[in-house]
Amino acid sequence: MTKPIVVHQLTKRFGDFEAVTDVSFTAPEGAITALLGPSGSGKSTVLRMIAGLEVPTSGHVWMGEEELTVKSVQERQVGFVFQHYALFRHMTVANNVAFGLSVRKVDRAAQRRRVDELLELVQLAPFRNRYPDQLSGGQRQRVALARALAPQPQVLLLDEPFGALDARVRQDLRRWLDELHRELGVTSLLVTHDQEEALELANKVVVMHEGKIEQVGTPSEIYDEPATAFVAGFVGSANVLHGNVVDGHVHLDSIRVPGADHLPEGAAASAYVRPHDVRIAEPGGPPNGSVSATVERISRLGWVARLSLRLADGNVLVAHVPQEELNGASEGDRVSIDLRNPKAFHRDGVEEPARTA
Amino acid sequence: MSAVAKPGGRADLQRRRIVRALLVSVVVAYVTVLLLIPLGGIVWTALKPGWSVVGQTFVAADVRHAFLLTGVITLITLVVTTAFGVTVAWVLVRQRFRGRGLLNAIVDLPFALSPVTVGIAAVLLFGRGGWFAPWFDARGISIIYALPSMLLVTIFISIPFVIREVQPVLVEVGTEEEDAARTLGASVLQSFRRVTLPNIRWGLFYGVALSAARAIGEIGAVLIVSGAIQGKTETATLYIFRAVEERQTASGYLAALVLALVSIALLIGIETAKHRIERMKSA
Repeated sequence: MTKPIVVHQLTKRFGDFEAVTDVSFTAPEGAITALLGPSGSGKSTVLRMIAGLEVPTSGHVWMGEEELTVKSVQERQVGFVFQHYALFRHMTVANNVAFGLSVRKVDRAAQRRRVDELLELVQLAPFRNRYPDQLSGGQRQRVALARALAPQPQVLLLDEPFGALDARVRQDLRRWLDELHRELGVTSLLVTHDQEEALELANKVVVMHEGKIEQVGTPSEIYDEPATAFVAGFVGSANVLHGNVVDGHVHLDSIRVPGADHLPEGAAASAYVRPHDVRIAEPGGPPNGSVSATVERISRLGWVARLSLRLADGNVLVAHVPQEELNGASEGDRVSIDLRNPKAFHRDGVEEPARTA
Repeated sequence: MSAVAKPGGRADLQRRRIVRALLVSVVVAYVTVLLLIPLGGIVWTALKPGWSVVGQTFVAADVRHAFLLTGVITLITLVVTTAFGVTVAWVLVRQRFRGRGLLNAIVDLPFALSPVTVGIAAVLLFGRGGWFAPWFDARGISIIYALPSMLLVTIFISIPFVIREVQPVLVEVGTEEEDAARTLGASVLQSFRRVTLPNIRWGLFYGVALSAARAIGEIGAVLIVSGAIQGKTETATLYIFRAVEERQTASGYLAALVLALVSIALLIGIETAKHRIERMKSA
């Protein structure tokens, strides 16, 4: 009963501002697809166009074989979960959940059965006669989810569903949503700015930036093989080293980072290295092109230690190293480090993501 | 400023007490002079000749007709301003179109215009030799010196209240609930009736109560368009006007007292509504 969503060349302009530019992707049947990007990247606008809450300037949306773009909002049969819950404040929990059934004139007994079933599913059966303002944020969002699922939508659209919740509740609800999805198997599209959320929940991730798609892939493809500098900087944390391409390496004053074979000689380039890809070389080990650095600070965060390493040219790298791989390094020591899996990208015209580890 | 009182010091505290006492007495004096004395005066004058006046006044055919007419005009005005006001407020808040700013400004026009001007304008359009007069005359419909013109001016004057009270509430409740209703399969009408209307009901009630107070109390415009024909186009306020002119002071004041009581009832309703709106906003 669930269907894939196909988005084809979707563009949305608000006056002179182009919020979404030529976006195409497929959200596979029964999976969770995440639309990941910073705020203002156009991801929510894409979701709202799929729901019919915004009219695209051009482009098409299909749900399975049927084209949605020609249909009105209420004909689309999509379940939509809003960031701020959007519960009907003057209705009880039960009436909120029943709303989608009662506007479709489902008979009362069937409505009641479905509401009971859903409140059971979201574990809110004892709260059926409460009003939204008598519930916590997490409970409200569960009501919103039950309400969206009540008319048995073919797809579920979630717009930053955990965005308004505090960290702890967000964790719990994320896990809970994952289980719920395994049980229901409804095609879901999740809009989020939280890369951890996207990587944990989604089978497929669409990274958006300034209204355009940067990369589409599985969570591990997005994380391990970022296609653009933006993705490398936005998804997960990374050390960024600016230099120039010499002989397939990004050259800085004190180091050369490999992995720039695809870039032209002399080009301005940035190398991205994840904190857990910075390793302390064993003392006395073979000097396999490793770099020397000074340990400025070590913070121990349980099993992993976070190190600030200063290179000879003044650049500071952040490293996440398992405790047992510190090889006895302590603050003030000079150590040799290895940079693994560096990714090099052209620097001209690329906006620097402001985030490092 | 030589003797600087330390904030929170004894002198400062005392000075604040004196200022507060002064302010309170100003308010009390204001309420007494402008509200309690006139109201007391009305009650006293109305009931001075004895309770028999009450019976005489409200048995009189012209008085009953005047109140009935005010009732009818108010009722129709409320129906029209509610329907029209909610629609205009919704359009102004939810739709973006060319000329929206202009329309928004025009809404306040009845507040700015003197009711007498409104009455004159109606006479100009519908009175003898008026622009639309030939068309209505040909069909035997009288507008001026009859109920239609009285309704027209009263509605015109009362229209901004519902719009102005509903607008901010609509902004406050936002569009998310309406969006949610539509994704759940509700038509625009269903979403309006089941989601928007319950959310704006106290704002609407507030606007309607203000409209009612305005419609009941209207005299200037109605005086000009109605001709104030006794037993025909004479409203309660016009009756009071005539009663006082004809030195039937007690009856006039009695009628005024009834209108004042209605206003107080409306005021209580208005305060309740305001309270509910505040509660809704803080929820």
